[in-house]
Amino acid sequence: MRLDLSHIQRWIKPGSRVLDLGCGDGVFLEFLRDQRQVIGTGLEIDQDYITAAIARGLNVVEQNMDEGLGNFPDQSFDTVVLALALQAVHYPDRVLEEMLRIGRECIVTFPNFGHWRCRLMLGIRGRMPVSGFMPYTWYNTPNIHFCTVKDFENLCRDKGIRILARDVVGSTKRQTLLFDKWPNLFATTAIYHITR
Amino acid sequence: MSAPTQSRSVGIVVPQVAHFDEPLDLTCGRQLPSYDLVYETYGELNAQRSNAVLICHALSGNHHAAGYHSADDKKPGWWDECIGPGKPIDTTRFFVVCLNNLGGCHGSTGPSSINPATGKPWGPSFPSIRTRDWVLSQARLADYLGIDCWAAVVGGSLGGMQAMRWSLEFPQRIRHCIVIAAALKLSAQNLAFNEVARQAIESDPDYASGHYQEQNTVPARGLALARMIGHITYLSDDAMANKFGRDLRSGSLGRGETANAEFQVQSYLRYQGSQFSGHFDANTYILMTRALDYFDLALEYDNDPVAAFRHARCSFLVISFSTDWRFAPERSQEIVNALLAAERPVTYAEIEANEGHDAFLMPIPRYLDVFSAYMLRVGENR
Repeated sequence: MRLDLSHIQRWIKPGSRVLDLGCGDGVFLEFLRDQRQVIGTGLEIDQDYITAAIARGLNVVEQNMDEGLGNFPDQSFDTVVLALALQAVHYPDRVLEEMLRIGRECIVTFPNFGHWRCRLMLGIRGRMPVSGFMPYTWYNTPNIHFCTVKDFENLCRDKGIRILARDVVGSTKRQTLLFDKWPNLFATTAIYHITR
Repeated sequence: MSAPTQSRSVGIVVPQVAHFDEPLDLTCGRQLPSYDLVYETYGELNAQRSNAVLICHALSGNHHAAGYHSADDKKPGWWDECIGPGKPIDTTRFFVVCLNNLGGCHGSTGPSSINPATGKPWGPSFPSIRTRDWVLSQARLADYLGIDCWAAVVGGSLGGMQAMRWSLEFPQRIRHCIVIAAALKLSAQNLAFNEVARQAIESDPDYASGHYQEQNTVPARGLALARMIGHITYLSDDAMANKFGRDLRSGSLGRGETANAEFQVQSYLRYQGSQFSGHFDANTYILMTRALDYFDLALEYDNDPVAAFRHARCSFLVISFSTDWRFAPERSQEIVNALLAAERPVTYAEIEANEGHDAFLMPIPRYLDVFSAYMLRVGENR
């Protein structure tokens, strides 16, 4: 399982209701269902992913979150997950507000644009960062709203969003002191557990 | 090559008739003392009786959903694209039941049947039938076949409305509800089209106020016209443009042409109309359009579809088609949103398709993929 997903599953209570925004092929919801008896719903727009998730026996709704999530009632899920998709939506702040309306708790993961490699590429080479983790070039990337760990925490402060926990992942599985001390420099993926 | 040799066909099928003597209390307040339901089955019912799938037909459908009635049948059943070995509703795994609904004209008791009380055809005096009456009669058929709980109840268009009604009327007897190109209720535009269709039939002198059978006439012109109107609404603008464009069948639009030109689309519609009027009963058409008009899923739940769906216990698959303007994707989204708000398990896909409402009968690759993937889940009892 993708590293950010294996990190966030421990924040999800067994038997709870989970909405996974951008659920992909459903591998995470399948894991939560089989290991934690979670009642999951996925949102997805990619046709092949939708079929794959249905074949796993998951509930998947074809819906573009950029066009709103108003059809989901207030506080209708225990946890709303947005994994590595915040940077790809048109209005990240609005999506966050909607997630917090729909879910009692939310989990957000995103690629940290403040990572030292990104800084090096932009600062020294003067080019937009491209890596194995973010393999797109600037003109064809679906990632249109990059942010850093600091940026995200500023947004949470401005919006009155409470950060219950923060976790960071580097390019290797090995947790090092560097992540904890300077997450904005060493985290490739930032993981937040938030609520109102 | 004769059709039944195709490996993905259920082959030759034989319709069967179930007779019911227990009176059926109808929503309109009247009672049918006894009735017949004609049906077909494909595949085998397993030992646990857990693999039965009910197919509900749409406005002009019947019990012949798949396979062929004889070796020289040219066309298979109406949903052969989706029912058969290796198809979405895989008959190697499921026991499939499809019936002609009450009020129909393909063998089940309806307006063209003899009213035992008078010895004459029921005609226009046949009781008005609602979707919930169909569901009740289908439940009687399930009892007759020894099926306690359907693995899935499946339907497109008016069939989807029956499937939804099943989920509310018999929540403990349905595990999955598959609703394709349907709506919670008809829009005013939809009601209007149905009224024009009925007026077309009723204004045909041969309709004789519905007593055409006794007078040995058939309101063929009115019925053909009704079908033509319906047919236009089942196709999209694009589908008609692709199929016919402005192609002429005869004549020309050049100067000096005195005779009328005929467009391909004209002759196509006339052909569809005359084919239909040759084998469909006018009173049944009126009865079916009224059942469609009167369907309103949430009417008896304070007009709240969320409150209605809270009674359901099954999982739902909802499918819509991008160019369907008779039952547009927005109508399916209303179903999905009500299910989400009622916290019912729901899966939704909107299929890109040029074919309009008729797309639900077509072998569109993504449609078949989504349908097949969901039926895997139905088969695995998840």
